[in-house]
Amino acid sequence: MNEELALQIKDLKSHFFTSKGVVPAVDGVSIDVPPGKIIGLVGESGCGKSMTAMSVMGLLRHPGRVVDGTILLEGRDITHLSRREQSKIRGNEISMIFQEPMTSLNPVYPVGKQVQEAILLHQNVTKEEAKERVIQIFKEVGIPEPEKRYRSFPHQLSGGLRQRVMIGMAMVCRPKVMIADEPTTALDVTIEAQILRLMKRLRDEQGTSIILITHNMGVVAEVCDYVYVMYAGNVMEQAETFELFERTQHPYTQGLLKSIPKLDRKEERLYTINGVVPNLLHLPKGCNFCNRCDQSVEKCFLEKPELYETGEGHKVRCFRYEGGVKG
Amino acid sequence: MIKNVLKRILIAIPVLIGVVLIIFIMLRIVPGDPVTTMMGEHVNQAVIEKVSREMGLDQPLYVQFFKYVGNALKGDFGTSYRLNRNVTKIILDAFPNTVKLSVCAAVIAWLIGITAGIVAAINQNRLLDRLFMGGALAGVSMPVFMIALVLQYLFAFKFKWFPVSGYDSLACMILPAIALGWNSAGSIARMTRSNLVEVMQDDYIRTARAKGLMESGVIVGHALKNAMLPVVTMMALQISSMLSGAVLTESVFGIPGIGRLAVNAIENRDMPLLQGTVIFTTILVIIGNMIADMLYSVLDPRIREGA
Amino acid sequence: MGTDMKREESQNKVLEIADLKAAAFEDTAAQIGEEETWCDQVKKLVRQNKLAAFSAILIVVIILMAVFAPLVSPYDPYAQALKDRLLAPCSAHWLGTDELGRDMFSRIIYGARISLTIGLVPTLISMIIGTVLGLIAGYYGGKIDFAIMRMADVMLAFPSLLLAMVVMYTMGGGLVNIFIALSLVNWAGTARIVRAQTLSLKEAEYVEAARSIGVKSRTILLRHILPNCLPSLIVLFTLNIPSAILSESSLSFLGVGAQPPSASWGLAVVRGKKYLFTEPWLSIAPSIAIMIIVMAFNFLGDGLRDVLDPYLKEQ
Repeated sequence: MNEELALQIKDLKSHFFTSKGVVPAVDGVSIDVPPGKIIGLVGESGCGKSMTAMSVMGLLRHPGRVVDGTILLEGRDITHLSRREQSKIRGNEISMIFQEPMTSLNPVYPVGKQVQEAILLHQNVTKEEAKERVIQIFKEVGIPEPEKRYRSFPHQLSGGLRQRVMIGMAMVCRPKVMIADEPTTALDVTIEAQILRLMKRLRDEQGTSIILITHNMGVVAEVCDYVYVMYAGNVMEQAETFELFERTQHPYTQGLLKSIPKLDRKEERLYTINGVVPNLLHLPKGCNFCNRCDQSVEKCFLEKPELYETGEGHKVRCFRYEGGVKG
Repeated sequence: MIKNVLKRILIAIPVLIGVVLIIFIMLRIVPGDPVTTMMGEHVNQAVIEKVSREMGLDQPLYVQFFKYVGNALKGDFGTSYRLNRNVTKIILDAFPNTVKLSVCAAVIAWLIGITAGIVAAINQNRLLDRLFMGGALAGVSMPVFMIALVLQYLFAFKFKWFPVSGYDSLACMILPAIALGWNSAGSIARMTRSNLVEVMQDDYIRTARAKGLMESGVIVGHALKNAMLPVVTMMALQISSMLSGAVLTESVFGIPGIGRLAVNAIENRDMPLLQGTVIFTTILVIIGNMIADMLYSVLDPRIREGA
Repeated sequence: MGTDMKREESQNKVLEIADLKAAAFEDTAAQIGEEETWCDQVKKLVRQNKLAAFSAILIVVIILMAVFAPLVSPYDPYAQALKDRLLAPCSAHWLGTDELGRDMFSRIIYGARISLTIGLVPTLISMIIGTVLGLIAGYYGGKIDFAIMRMADVMLAFPSLLLAMVVMYTMGGGLVNIFIALSLVNWAGTARIVRAQTLSLKEAEYVEAARSIGVKSRTILLRHILPNCLPSLIVLFTLNIPSAILSESSLSFLGVGAQPPSASWGLAVVRGKKYLFTEPWLSIAPSIAIMIIVMAFNFLGDGLRDVLDPYLKEQ
């Protein structure tokens, strides 16, 4: 049934084993990524969205570890591969770009070489062919003067160009899935729009699935086909983008959306969600969101809610929807 | 690039002048008459005055200084009082021995230090790391003369693998070089490890992993070059401490190098020779610092291309 | 009546939920608001770095032995007994006797006095000089800064042992002169570090605030900037002690430091060197004494640095 999914994450659990205790950074997350779609993964910092991505990439390092769950790439289980097999997939079939284009490129090598390295690792081509591929991909991701930029060092490029290089590096082996971890957070707004447009184009032209990790609801609305809202290691709500914005159900998602400034509403102060993200070492006994929720009832403090289906493809982790949609 | 080099030379000049000035003044504020100190108390007053005139010590201090600097620029550091030879010639005779010793020591220190540092960093916080880093700190803590004596006792005397002293063959140089390189190996290992551990946290390391590189490829291809950049600067500091250590090593193994000259100069109260050797070695250190600075800017594209 | 009950019930529920929320919130807040006292830091040091803790104990033991040397040492360290010269280690003389028949073990205990004083006093003096110069250079900047820092550059350009040797030439051998030599020679490193920290602290908001309300420069330096440099200075002090000890022993080893009949370890090594192939313990035992004390301070300083001062790691 799920053969047609590009990537399927099933009940993933990734924990950190620290001296103070086990931190369940990702605590049973399931995500379906159909081919050629952009999936948004939204939440505050520390909610486990980056950890989910790192788990999929096999990039978790000590003291973090995937403890349970399966990750299927086009139906193939990649959770239990050896390090060597994992590194063959990484950068080839699944690739990733990061939040900090300033520091994500190695400062002592020309950027072209760094992209070329990805090709030489995964494809049986000569250096010259690889170099041509680099220049071609630089053109595709909209880097002006690609031949000249091939020899540039990272510090000689602007943040936007560096992120384009990163995207080029991630796309150069034509991966099935690309994970973009806050790719535009460090960039200014005009550059952000350009990068988002580029990602949409890659989805349409290459059919690449993209998991877009962000905390920015505006970005989600603009490019995502489907959204997962995460909070403290759990998916709280998932739905198609339009559905999520139209029929927001989880109190947390409602809070997130309310805290976006809007021009047409005149409010004295911007809405903020009370409190802070709970310490993952001391999660509430009940719903992870209970202590900040403005609609919590007694049950929320005592039991953990599950994901309840409230519509087609719309699921919510909140007791208010335990018996389906009310009113 | 050339501008950079010139700038560094320009910065070094006042330091150089300061170095000469300090040594010059320090050797002339010897309590009592410098010539008497050199020759001993029981020498005829007339002889002292004659020597004083010959060495120009009867002239005002600033005249002596400018004369000395003028001569030094021409490569003349004066005449040794005890050996009655040109100081420059004496130094240049002894210099190759010190260079041989220091170069061998540096090679040993770098090979051991870097390897140990990398091994420790890869096994961060595991037994091997603790063992290597404990060993490195212990290595740094050993006095140079102790290592020299222990090596001499064990490998020259007990096992008879190497000659006890001497300086004309490579075999003679091995023990002194280990003794001299020991401390540096320790500090290089510590620095390599801490840099590598730090670099491994950097974002581009994550990128390299995401690209599909295996861990060994990540370390060799991406981490090492970044981690080694600061270690290169350390080379400059090593020159200074190596020259200090050479004084002790040469003394134990009887190698007639620069350090030996300095010790002899003090024993013989030979002021011009001491002055010459100290100024000469300090110039070496300053030049070494300059070279390391330039090397750093050549290796790091952020500085080379102007960030 | 019924509605009243219901209202009360729901009110109670609201209060209950508020309590639950508060409890959950406090839990998180307690985790965030942990602050470290120096007591915690000591605990952290002991927990993280057993070697450093052990070194601290070792140093205390060595200090006690040095202070109570007359009680601890079995013989008079200066008493010669020519018929007992060059004895091998035995039950009467744990580390043997030297060429004048003096008990090596006693001499090593007395030597600890010399090494510890040399390690502590000149280091303290040179660090006070360095701190004052560094504070002045960093705070006032301009020409004073330039002059002080160029002087520091010059001092740092010398190979330290050679510079100390020149001072010893000028002043002659002897422990007092080593004191002076080491006090004068080693201030430059401290000055650099203190200057760098002063420069960054000068820009700190609370310092600017103090300045804006007219607090005197000297008060700012002593009350606001110096205390913030203290952690680095403590670490630096611990790490400078072993290098001073090594300098003294090296100078004495070269014959330009302590003079006989001093019990200096460096001197003992060079005197024992003549008998290296026949009575190796004469030179090796004092060498090991130097190594142990230097290593103890190095391990302690290393541990302190990890706990107190992430800043110094860059140096």
